[in-house]
Amino acid sequence: MAQTLAQKLIARAAGRAAVSAGEIVVCRVDLAMFHDSSGPRRLKPMLERLGAGVWDPSRIVLVTDHYVGGEDAESRAIVRIARDWAKAEGIRNFHDGVGICHVVLAENGYLRPGMFAVGADSHSPTGGAFGAYMFGIGATEMLGVVVTGEIWLRVPETILMHWDGRFGAGVCAKDVMLFLCGRFGLDGGAYQVIEFAGAAITALPMQERMTLANMTAELGAQTGLVAADETTQRYLAAAGAGDVELEPWHSDQGAPLRARHAFDADRLTPQVAAPHSPANARPVAEFEAVAIEVAYVGACTGAKLEDLRMAARVLEGRRVAAGVALLVAPASRRDQDTARAEGTLGVLEQAGARLLPNACGLCAGYGEGFAPQATVVSTTARNFKGRMGDPSVRVYLASPYTVAASAVAGRIADPRELVH
Amino acid sequence: MSGRSWVFGDDIDTDALAPGRWMKSAIDELAGHCLEAVDAAFAREVRRGDIVVAGRNFGCGSSREQAAQALRHLGVAAVVARSFAGLFYRNAINLGLPVLECDAVDRIAAGAQLELDPARGRLRLAASGEELRCVPMPPFLLEIVRAGGLLNQLEKRLAEAKQGKPA
Repeated sequence: MAQTLAQKLIARAAGRAAVSAGEIVVCRVDLAMFHDSSGPRRLKPMLERLGAGVWDPSRIVLVTDHYVGGEDAESRAIVRIARDWAKAEGIRNFHDGVGICHVVLAENGYLRPGMFAVGADSHSPTGGAFGAYMFGIGATEMLGVVVTGEIWLRVPETILMHWDGRFGAGVCAKDVMLFLCGRFGLDGGAYQVIEFAGAAITALPMQERMTLANMTAELGAQTGLVAADETTQRYLAAAGAGDVELEPWHSDQGAPLRARHAFDADRLTPQVAAPHSPANARPVAEFEAVAIEVAYVGACTGAKLEDLRMAARVLEGRRVAAGVALLVAPASRRDQDTARAEGTLGVLEQAGARLLPNACGLCAGYGEGFAPQATVVSTTARNFKGRMGDPSVRVYLASPYTVAASAVAGRIADPRELVH
Repeated sequence: MSGRSWVFGDDIDTDALAPGRWMKSAIDELAGHCLEAVDAAFAREVRRGDIVVAGRNFGCGSSREQAAQALRHLGVAAVVARSFAGLFYRNAINLGLPVLECDAVDRIAAGAQLELDPARGRLRLAASGEELRCVPMPPFLLEIVRAGGLLNQLEKRLAEAKQGKPA
């Protein structure tokens, strides 16, 4: 019988020939990822209480990113707990202060098509860009995985988002996701799977596909998926992941779908989500009167190499408007180094950008955040009230193109005429 | 269980339930800021046994389980909502907080006395006697809640395994 990609991935992990939507299955976990906030800080005391060890240290990836760059003693102590725990438990896959977990996981080639993975972070669906099943869980549920190597789930239905055509200049994956949040709402994904397909999707580089999968979290999906192809293979070969099988990791023709939505990529315009919800997304034209004080390029959603390049395509030869702070926190050290070497970072700096650490930073909202009353345009995924500082902070979500154009204009601006 | 209702709207997010600025703090301090951006009186005035009632997509956003832990720490006995964000739903169960889906939440006024049976999915308004149907919690999830959460359940299973009893 025809199966969706999600069904195939779950069936494999559950040791079954096939699974049906709605049934509850227990899956073997190929990879478990967690960070300094959700990981050792919470897991260690629970493991000690259980007197239990880690089921398989080679299947664990630990990344410090949430409290990295924090100047205070508590932040430093939390990061230290992660370091000490990695050493004590023999976790070799430990990445300390070199970037945000979802990006670090990808660039090190941990994720391959066919895998079943969990992450103790809500943006773990990012891994679905590689044709792997990966979803977010909390720390206590991660404890269960770390001890048993297993997790239950209800086999989801698939919602197919089919994008034909080609995205125009100055329009990107972030606009797709803001558009979908505006169209379907924060529970539009209904904790099912959202799969992306179509010519406009297959034309996207891996990091853009990661942005799609990443923000299925904002749609309330369990995860997002993009079937692997030659682009995936090329990326993973460069990341040192070795040979990658593409078969049978795609949805079969005629596989059962919960819904299929078709869109024309050529008609998508830059999108902006008003405070305080990603679901408040509308075309950028409706926000062009909004003056901003801060333009933020950061987070797993919006500061990968491809995102930095998009910002640079707008900022080349331009300066940030007077009174606007452009803050850039590249999502990983590796992406920052590449951006530096190819000149992308230089363009951003010449435009007036201030560089921040390769960490979750202001997006996680674990520090002081933006100044009260500040109006911010940001490449991040969430603008809930109080997330990035005082509840009076107003955050508009947009693409790297739009954030860069807004930094230049001093107000929210359409990037399409500025893209080099 | 029976308790007084606290009524909230749709899309109550984890930043409201467990504000990031307090995530470094211990749960007793973090819980003191639970839902403060939505209802400043909640954390101060909620009483042990009270029931949180909400609209669609309760707990959307982050994976931080402190969102559920804060409610439990404040003594909230259960959350009844039209729907839950999947991640929060799993976290709540893993932390021993009963969560029930109910289509008829708009029948519940703030401060109403409620009687709730999570296993049967029955919710009764004490004043009028009106019965509202909830989706009963699946037995294997109810088992985790009854154990007081996943940690307690794992502890019991590991102890039984050591003694050679069937898990």
